[in-house]
Amino acid sequence: MPFVTVETMPTPVISAPVIVASGLTKKYKGLAAVDGISFEVAPGESFGLLGPNGAGKSTTMRMVGAVSTRTSGTLSILGLDPNRHGPEVRAQLGVVPQQDNLDMELRVRDNLIVYGRYFGISNRAAGKKADELLEFAQLSDRAKSKVDDLSGGMKRRLTIARSLMNDPRVLLLDEPTTGLDPQARHILWDRLFRLKEQGTTLVLTTHYMDEAEQLCDRLIVVDKGTIMAEGSPAALIREYSTREVVELRFGSDRNAEVALQLAGLGERIEVLPDRVLIYADDGDAILAHVAAAGLEPVTSLVRRSSLEDVFLRLTGRSLIE
Amino acid sequence: MTHSTSSGQAAAPTLAPTRPEPEQRGIGSLYAGNARSVVSRGLLATRSTNWIIILSGFFEPVFFLLALGVGLGSIVGSVQTTAGQAVPYAAFIAPGLLAVAAMNGAIYDSTWNVFFKMQYAKLYEGMLATSLGPLDVALGEILLALLRGGVYATGFLIVMQVLGLNLSWTALLAIPAVLLIAFGFASLGMAVTSYMKTFQQMDWINFFLLPMFLFSATFFPVSVYPVPVQVIVEIFPLWHGVELVRGLTTGSLDIAMLGHVAYFVVMIAVGLTFTTRRLRALFLD
Amino acid sequence: MTSSRVEPVETSPTRSLAAKPRRWGSWYVAEHRLRGMRSYYKTLIATTVFTPFIYLFALGLGLGSLVNRGSAGAFDGVNYLTFVAPALIASAACTAAVEECTYPVLMGFKWNPIFFGMNAAPITGNQITNGVFIAVIGRILPTTAVYYLAMLLFGATPSPWSALEIVIATTTGMAFGLVVASYMAGVETDTGQPAIIQRFIVVPLFLFSGTFFPLTQMPIYLQWIGWLSPLWHGSQLGRLATYGLLEPGWLVAVHVLFLLGLCVFGWLRTQHVVTKRLNK
Repeated sequence: MPFVTVETMPTPVISAPVIVASGLTKKYKGLAAVDGISFEVAPGESFGLLGPNGAGKSTTMRMVGAVSTRTSGTLSILGLDPNRHGPEVRAQLGVVPQQDNLDMELRVRDNLIVYGRYFGISNRAAGKKADELLEFAQLSDRAKSKVDDLSGGMKRRLTIARSLMNDPRVLLLDEPTTGLDPQARHILWDRLFRLKEQGTTLVLTTHYMDEAEQLCDRLIVVDKGTIMAEGSPAALIREYSTREVVELRFGSDRNAEVALQLAGLGERIEVLPDRVLIYADDGDAILAHVAAAGLEPVTSLVRRSSLEDVFLRLTGRSLIE
Repeated sequence: MTHSTSSGQAAAPTLAPTRPEPEQRGIGSLYAGNARSVVSRGLLATRSTNWIIILSGFFEPVFFLLALGVGLGSIVGSVQTTAGQAVPYAAFIAPGLLAVAAMNGAIYDSTWNVFFKMQYAKLYEGMLATSLGPLDVALGEILLALLRGGVYATGFLIVMQVLGLNLSWTALLAIPAVLLIAFGFASLGMAVTSYMKTFQQMDWINFFLLPMFLFSATFFPVSVYPVPVQVIVEIFPLWHGVELVRGLTTGSLDIAMLGHVAYFVVMIAVGLTFTTRRLRALFLD
Repeated sequence: MTSSRVEPVETSPTRSLAAKPRRWGSWYVAEHRLRGMRSYYKTLIATTVFTPFIYLFALGLGLGSLVNRGSAGAFDGVNYLTFVAPALIASAACTAAVEECTYPVLMGFKWNPIFFGMNAAPITGNQITNGVFIAVIGRILPTTAVYYLAMLLFGATPSPWSALEIVIATTTGMAFGLVVASYMAGVETDTGQPAIIQRFIVVPLFLFSGTFFPLTQMPIYLQWIGWLSPLWHGSQLGRLATYGLLEPGWLVAVHVLFLLGLCVFGWLRTQHVVTKRLNK
């Protein structure tokens, strides 16, 4: 892959990548959490790292966030080496960690102002920015609340607002909606979408397919510290899956046995403990075949392929285990 | 690749200088010169804490002074300081209690408080995701502890003045001395805390503080012990603090006091070095 | 009251469903608490063993060497170590009791609301209270026993009755702890009450309850502190046991009744508060 080497100075042209990683590796006590991954992120792009828990996504994010020293490989964030220029790199990043680490001793608005002060922003400017962002995060009426009194979704929005205090050029989001209820997730997605529209570069990790499909222009599928595939959600689905998937359930103890009789149907068959998946471009046609063969599933479902299927294809494992 | 470029992107901030620089492991990546933002965060946070608890830090040494100095003082009579000066018992223990108060305040702020922020509130994780470096955080937290310690010390000195226990004008110098002592304990306390992982380990800190509190010439001169015990007591920092403050409030200045000051300067340097190193390892490695 | 008539109606199979928890529930809770202490047993043991020696050595001998100089007779005619030891052991019991009766009680309702879990299992509020207190005794009894051994080693116990000190100090600790628990059980939001109790009640009582000098040494307008303080009553009883302090019979009765009264009050009130809170 034609990666730019890190020591090359990126010229401040719109198309120059904001993040360039090449052979990026992080080892903990000899075990590689991230094992030589390479990728680039263009300005304004929305870039996703998709993979199960423990795939190395968060470690990668920490290295990109200049709070973790890489073991080997090269990494350039906004033209800077995070190992050498930690504070300078962090000054231009916004970080939304996996778990909210809001300041519980401060009220909502003070959380933003104090965070801004960490970047050396003046009190006045921080106050003004805080009010803007409270508006953006739909928290203006909660400015004086205690953080503890906010709902999970509100806390998450506050964390995102906080990460925007320094007008970051790149926003890093680690599992932004994990643990939120569906409604709160949609509100959050909407806010992130607006940021994307404004041209903020987003880098996010997720193990939710729908989230990746909603937010990412391009993503890499990560497993066991290495990149399994790269591309836009649609391209990945096109490349690694079929248009439709038929899900059949015959009962836990019969799935495997019945699957043998289904052999030859569709392009590919996956047997999972709780169901059998048949990949095909025409799901209804497959269902008709199944019925004609006299097999009676307990439940059946035809759906469109998703990134979940891509992941299953690539790793042989389900994404959410 | 999508470029959802908006007008905002055109006005993108200029890139920071990107010339390749020599390996910069020194102070640059550790310190952003913005410790004051950590201090102001702390001041803002005290708004939400319980004021009675903050006040209690002032009352505790006063209670001790009244009970032991006044209550027991009439029985004990006068006591000889290291300098050979005979002073009333209350005037003997008051500087000891002042040094202890400095130690306790600094230790509390730099151990339990820091431990909680580190392990549970994840406060430092948030701070270090910004342009702050670990030294900003360490210095900021320590300065905050000093601020609190300084207020307590001043209050206690006023009580001493009212009770007539400041025997010389040099008692005024006890304020900077107390700040030095607090700085020493705070930086060492924070260094130790940064290595702790569980509440149980934290308990050991108290376990070591108690004997130091009781044996460091706080309530009686070390001369009551046999020499080997005296030597052990004099290895520990509190004894140096007590002697330093006592010399100042009783007005018997001595060249040995420079030694006590040096002890704390070294303690500060060691504490800060380890704290910064550890914070770096914990949050930036 | 007709509620008592419901009981006999239950058939025996129904009763047997919860026979064990009904009988042993308190002990299950106590076991739970004591298991909880295991997580910090190292510091617990170290503190229990070394604290008495440190205090007796520093205050009894170190401070004593100053005090004994000028004060023949000021301390009931005994040396300072002997005078101060019964108060130190009682205060150690109080400290341990307060520790076990503040955070663990608050925690059971708030941060780690295990009491509600127990109550969802067939364990009653009273049993939870009993269990917690049994565990508190389980913590204080060894504390005072070790302290007493240290006193023996220091030669601070001339009287043959001195072993009673273990019971006296434990009761003193319980009297203090149970009242604190009855307050903590009702605390809805944690605003640092344990620290306030420690600093504004435990420490002042430690200092002003005739611990370091006879209560009569204090100005008359401060002596009421001692009369209200379980620590003073416990220390005086301890002095009676360890060196035969001369105290009029009625006053001894007051000491005993005051301590037992606080225990009963604290225990019953905690049961009441806990049950009410669980069944709210």
